[in-house]
Amino acid sequence: MTMVTAGLKLLRSRHAMDTIVPHSGFSVWLTVLASVTMSFLAVFALALSVTTAQLAMRWSESLARNTTVRILAPAGQQRLQTERALEILRATPGVASAQAISPEDLQTLLTPWLGPDTPIDTLPVPTLIDVIETPNGYDTEGLRLRLAAEIPSAVLDDHERWRRPLVDAANHLQRLGILSLGLIFLTTAIIVSLAAQSALSANVQVIHVLRLIGARDLYIVRAFVRRFTRRAFWGALVGALFGMAAVALIPEAADTQGFLTGLGFQGWTWLIPLFLAPISGAIAYLATRLAAFHSLKGMA
Amino acid sequence: MIKIQNVNYRYGARALLSNMNLELMQGSFHFLTGPSGSGKTTFLKLCYGDLQPTSGHLSLFGEPITDLNRDEIADARRRIGVVHQDCNFLDHLCLAENIVLPLRVSGQTARINAKDLQELLAWVGLAEHSQSFPPELSGGERQRAAIARAVIMDPDMILADEPTGNIDWEMSLKLMQLLVSLNKMGKTIVVATHDMALIRSIKPHLNARVLRIQNGGIQLAGADL
Repeated sequence: MTMVTAGLKLLRSRHAMDTIVPHSGFSVWLTVLASVTMSFLAVFALALSVTTAQLAMRWSESLARNTTVRILAPAGQQRLQTERALEILRATPGVASAQAISPEDLQTLLTPWLGPDTPIDTLPVPTLIDVIETPNGYDTEGLRLRLAAEIPSAVLDDHERWRRPLVDAANHLQRLGILSLGLIFLTTAIIVSLAAQSALSANVQVIHVLRLIGARDLYIVRAFVRRFTRRAFWGALVGALFGMAAVALIPEAADTQGFLTGLGFQGWTWLIPLFLAPISGAIAYLATRLAAFHSLKGMA
Repeated sequence: MIKIQNVNYRYGARALLSNMNLELMQGSFHFLTGPSGSGKTTFLKLCYGDLQPTSGHLSLFGEPITDLNRDEIADARRRIGVVHQDCNFLDHLCLAENIVLPLRVSGQTARINAKDLQELLAWVGLAEHSQSFPPELSGGERQRAAIARAVIMDPDMILADEPTGNIDWEMSLKLMQLLVSLNKMGKTIVVATHDMALIRSIKPHLNARVLRIQNGGIQLAGADL
């Protein structure tokens, strides 16, 4: 709470200390522009991280609880083996439900590949059984062995083969997003630090006068820190709002569309980019403070 | 207040001050003379901790200056009012803001109210200029404002470096009268000037010592007067 109060105090619009250092120089625009730009980019890195985190979680959860049993038996055996497989599955602890996919649903599933007019009942298409697990799941290896023993044509597919790379890719993208955020914050710190050093160099005479009349280094540092923190905060807030607007303009995701159309924030996650402003302010505070103390030491 | 023992100051290979000994006592008035480049400003900078002696011992208010860190030197400067030839004002602040700046940087703005400030400005003859900016003032007005800034912290000592360098004779006399009145209030005053005529006209009105810096050393300059 103390930090929040101190932060709000720092952002207060007018303070006697604000007038000590003249308001001029390119460092003003450099800091504001850098904060706007970096914050704008950070919104996209955040959107990527949030979206991929949600995707990874959704894929992990939905696919982990869903299994398919595929049966391709010789002619005349298909129905019998399917029924036996359903019996085994329904009796297996950890299986919530097992349902053979109807010919109509199968037709819908295969239409994108075979076209709408292909009579799939004339093709050697396997019967698919959709298995939903309980939250505790079942013993995959045990079920696989039992199916192999009793129904040799049955193949248990727990989607691990293609689920794992997808989840790994989503997690990797999330890490890249976080790394990008880190690099953006680091770049912000470097730019603010350089701008602060430039401002200090441009105000050597002001610093000389302040020292002459008994100002401690901390007082001089505060005059600069306050200014740069405010610029970074407001710049980042503007950048974040622009970034959020840009993300909001990305078309909504639909079932038939891909991953990119789903990039963005949902629900409460829209609040996350707003934290970029205080984070940028805090970064500017630390960067300016370090740069100012370092520069003042050199001016001693 | 300030005790200087065997102090040497070198800038690169050049010895600016050599084997200097002096003690500035409370309530004393010193004129510091010498040709341009003789080291008057260097001497004053040593006195307010802007420079450190190359060797020797210099104590500021009883503390060896070499033992003071930057914050302690800043605190010591609050007890010393410095008046420069170029005044060293912040041109973007008005005169009133410049004058109260020493109080602001030391967090003591409560020590003065608007009436006190107006009285101080009236004392230096600048009552009408509180909202003027330094570049709008004449040389003499700026010097008087510098004196107002130097005394606002009620310092023990005032160091003035060529305070009459840029102003006419009449204004120089007025300025010196302000310094003399401050000395009468018990302040220690050191005025560095090469203007011997000014010293001759002021010295009869007070008990002042005239010191001459030449060839890096310091000596009493009574014979020159």
